[in-house]
Amino acid sequence: MKNKNLKALLFLLPAILFLGVFMVYPLIDVLIYSFEEGYNSASQSFFGVGAYNYSYVLHDTYFLQALKNTFIIVIITVPVSTLLALLISLGLSSIKPLRNLFQTVYFLPYVTNTLAVGLVFMILFKKTAYTDGLVNMIIKMFGSGPIDFIDGPYWAKMFVMCFYTVWVVLPFKILILTSALASVKEDYYKAAKIDGTPKFRTFYKITIPMISPMIFYLVITGFIGAFKAYSDEVAIFGTDLNAAGMNTVVGYIYDMLYGDSGGYPSYASAAAILLFLIVFTVTVINLMISKKKTVY
Amino acid sequence: MKITLQNLTKKFKSKNKKDPNDVIAVNDFTYEIPEGKLIGLLGPSGCGKSTVLNLICGLEKPTSGRILFDGEDVSDVEPEHRGVGLVFQNYALYPHLTVYQNILFPLQNLRGKDKLTKDVMDKKVMEAAKLVQIEEYLERRPAELSGGQQQRVAIARALVKMPKVLLLDEPLSNLDARLRLQTREELRRIQRETGITTIFVTHDQEEAMSISDYILVMNAGRLDQYGRPQDIYDDPKNLFVAKFLGTPPINVFEGAIRGGKIVIGDEAVTDFDAPDCSVWVGIRPEGMTPDPEGTFTAELDRVEIMGRDTSVVCRHPACQSPTVRAVIFAKRADEVRPPDVRFALEPSKVLVFDRDTEERIRPSAEDNNEK
Repeated sequence: MKNKNLKALLFLLPAILFLGVFMVYPLIDVLIYSFEEGYNSASQSFFGVGAYNYSYVLHDTYFLQALKNTFIIVIITVPVSTLLALLISLGLSSIKPLRNLFQTVYFLPYVTNTLAVGLVFMILFKKTAYTDGLVNMIIKMFGSGPIDFIDGPYWAKMFVMCFYTVWVVLPFKILILTSALASVKEDYYKAAKIDGTPKFRTFYKITIPMISPMIFYLVITGFIGAFKAYSDEVAIFGTDLNAAGMNTVVGYIYDMLYGDSGGYPSYASAAAILLFLIVFTVTVINLMISKKKTVY
Repeated sequence: MKITLQNLTKKFKSKNKKDPNDVIAVNDFTYEIPEGKLIGLLGPSGCGKSTVLNLICGLEKPTSGRILFDGEDVSDVEPEHRGVGLVFQNYALYPHLTVYQNILFPLQNLRGKDKLTKDVMDKKVMEAAKLVQIEEYLERRPAELSGGQQQRVAIARALVKMPKVLLLDEPLSNLDARLRLQTREELRRIQRETGITTIFVTHDQEEAMSISDYILVMNAGRLDQYGRPQDIYDDPKNLFVAKFLGTPPINVFEGAIRGGKIVIGDEAVTDFDAPDCSVWVGIRPEGMTPDPEGTFTAELDRVEIMGRDTSVVCRHPACQSPTVRAVIFAKRADEVRPPDVRFALEPSKVLVFDRDTEERIRPSAEDNNEK
C-alpha cells in the first residue's frame, strides 16, 4: 500500500512541482507581500508587518473607482451576455439553412484580437475634431446631439465598455450553448409534443433545466472573467485608465506595479488579495445556487 | 378505438448523394387494427415498423394514404389532438423531475375547458401510478430507478391522460432478459385492465408471440402477414415470415418436389401433393423426432442440453445454414448416436416454399379441402 502511494506521488510529481512553483508559491508570496509594510523592491526590505497596505488600498479613491467600475461591468455584462447568447443559440438551433454560416459569423469575434477589435470600437464611437464617429452619425439621424463615448460622460463610457465586453464574450457562450442545446435528446421533445406541451412550456420546463448545468458553468466563468477584466478597457480607453475614470481592479494592480505611479508591490498584493476574496466569495455563492438548482 | 390504415406510404428524401432515390420506409400498408387489442408490430431492424408507429401518433406525416381513428380521417391532425400515448425505447423521462412530476406533466398541459383542478390531477396521477405499481417511488427521480421501473413510469405518463391508443416503440429492448419477461407480462396485464388499443413495436418475435392478440409481420416497408401469433407460426405466408418466427429458427433446405414427394438431397422425406418443381423446404425444429425408421438423415454434430430443451445439432449438405437443429424430448436423447441420425418428420411442421418467389406452396389436396 505504501509502495503504491509512493508510485502515485512519483507520477504526480511533475504536476505538483509545476503547480507549486508557479501557482501555490506566488499565491502565498502575494499574501506575504500584502502584509509587509513599506516594502522596497530594490533593497528587498520592509519596515514592519501589518494591515496598513489594505487600509491604504481601501482608502485610495482610484481603487474604489476601479472596484465600482468592475462591479458595474460584472453585474451588467454577465446576465446580458448569457441571456443574449441563449437567445442567439436558440435561433441558431432552430434555423436549418445557413446554420453553419451563421455559426461561423457568430464565432468570429472569438478568434480576433481584443486590441484590434477595441480599436474598431473606438473608431466607431470616438468623437474627434474631424468626425463625430459612425455611432454618433446614427444617433444624429434620430435627432439627438453627438455624445463623446470615449472621452465624454461616465455613463457613456461605461455603456461602450459593457457593450464591448458583451460583444467579446458572446461567441464562446454561444458555442457552449448551441452544443448544449444540440445534446438534448430529440425524444424529450417528441414526448412533449405528443403530450401537447405548449412551445414556451417545453422551453421553460424541459430545455432550460436540461441545459442548466451549462448555463451555470457560463455564469460562473463569466463572473470570474468579468472580475478580471483589464485588456478590454485598455483596448478602448488606452493605458491611462485612471485618467479616463475607467480603471478596473486588475488595472489598478497593474498600475501599482508598473504604471507611472507604480513601484508598490505591497499595495498591488493587497489589492490582488482583495480581488481574490471577492471572486472566491462570488464563486462559492454561485456554486451553492447551482447545486440547489441542478439536480442531475 | 379502431384504427384503420389505408394504403399508408411514407417516403424519406435520400441523404445519400450517390443514390438519389427516395427511401421508402412504409410501402402501401393497409390494415384495420381492432379495438381494445394488444397488437405486436414485428419485423427486423429497418423494416419501417417505427415509422408506422410515428405515422399513427402523428410525429410523421404520410406521403400518401390515410389514417382513420374510428372512421375519422386524422392524417393531418397534429399529434396532441389525436389522443395517443407514446412510450419510447429509452423511456424519455424528464431527468430533472420526480416520478410524480413526470406523470403529472401531460395533465398540466391541458388548457381552457379541459383544465383540471389540482385534486383531480393528483387523483389521476395516483391512479396511473397504481396501475403500473410504482406508488412507492413517486418522490424519486428517474435516475434512482431501475430500467424496468423507469419503463413503468413512462407507461404511466403515457396512460395518465387516458389515451384512446397506446403506442410503444421497442418498450422492452433496453431491459435485461429477466426484467423483459416480467415487464412484458406487466404490459399484458395493464392492457387488459385498461382495455386501451395498444400497439407495440418489437424485433423480438418471442416477445410479440407471447403477449400479442394479433401480430403484424413487416418486411422492407410492407405488411407481409397478420393474424394470431400461433396461426402465423403454423401457417406462414412466405419464407421470410417462416424464418422470422420461432426460436430456434426453422431449418431451411434446398429441395424439390418429385412425383408427389418432397426430396431433400437424395431422400424422399414425406408425401406432398404438388407439381414437380425446385423448392425451399422448411422444417420446424420441433417437427423432427429421432426414429430409426425415419425418412430423413443428417450427420450428428452434437447434442445440447439446455435446461428444459434438448437440441440435436446436425449437419446436412442441403441446409441453408451450417447446422440443422432439432428440439426433442430429453428422454429420447439416448437414442441419438453418431455418425448419422434418422429423423421422422411431422408433416404439419414441414413447410414448402417456391425457390424463386419464396412464397408458400400448399399441397393441392389441402387446397381442395379448403375449397
